Amino acid sequence: MAFYDWLLALHVLAAFSLVAALVLYTVIIAASWNLSLPGDVSRMFRLSRVGDAAIAVGAVGTLVLGIWLAIDSDEYQVWDGWVIAALVLWVLSMETGRRTGAVYNAVRDRARALVAEGPDTPRPELNAMLRSTTGLAFHAATVVLIVALLVVMIYKPGA
Amino acid sequence: MSVLAVIRPDDWNFPLLVHVLGATLLVGGLLTAVVALFLGWRRQRNADAAFFGRLAFRSLLFVAFPSWWIMRIGAEWIYSREGWDDVESEPDWLGIGYITSELGGLLLLVSIILAGLGARRLARSGGETSTLLRVSTVLVTLALLGYVVAVWAMAGKPG
Repeated sequence: MAFYDWLLALHVLAAFSLVAALVLYTVIIAASWNLSLPGDVSRMFRLSRVGDAAIAVGAVGTLVLGIWLAIDSDEYQVWDGWVIAALVLWVLSMETGRRTGAVYNAVRDRARALVAEGPDTPRPELNAMLRSTTGLAFHAATVVLIVALLVVMIYKPGA
Repeated sequence: MSVLAVIRPDDWNFPLLVHVLGATLLVGGLLTAVVALFLGWRRQRNADAAFFGRLAFRSLLFVAFPSWWIMRIGAEWIYSREGWDDVESEPDWLGIGYITSELGGLLLLVSIILAGLGARRLARSGGETSTLLRVSTVLVTLALLGYVVAVWAMAGKPG
């Protein structure tokens, strides 16, 4: 395998890591929808640690290796329209992802605080936080932006 | 590789998108299940083991399983579009893709059955762990590792 092929393989693996993290977060959001026990909510968010690591690897990997690929390749340039579109989508998805994280991290922290306070009884306020339309909207926007990024990467409009 | 990407006909893009999208969702579903299964493995309390076992089962059944089909249908579609049927000696990366796809599908199917039975028994018996869930953990981990190798092979195209 040539150096370029290694770069491409690692870039694609980073993209898989990014999408895998989004799937994991989506499962957490969907599976938490009806939860109201602080213990259950706190337990559910233990999964998010791996998602946080996967999204960090995916975000940095796709950006750094993607730019490196564009520099290394004779066919593409960093200033090509589709590369710039991908970069814009990447930046937007990171921002919506950051806002999603802020909403759900608050839920996780509240659940942990309630567990520490005890007893582990249903808390409607926790369920209301989990059903936040703001968090859901930001997460949906992140998913749409990442899918759009994938479409741009495959179709390479203008290349 | 880059030249191939540039000259790829437009009508290959959609089947490729379906294949890649299915594969990313499959890896995400498997990752979620692996994390949940390992969290369930480590837990000391029955409630935790049952909770994570059920979550892993649902992630495999409702995310990974449909995604495997999307990935597989996309794979056959793009295989046919690219005209690999007419090629006598297929490249190594294609062989790796086929083997991991089929074997991983089998592991996934067995894992779903074991995780479902394990989670159900755990919920009924009130035990702290389930051998079926632990076997499922090993199988899903193997499937996930296999698919990571497949992603590397499909993207880097060794041979």
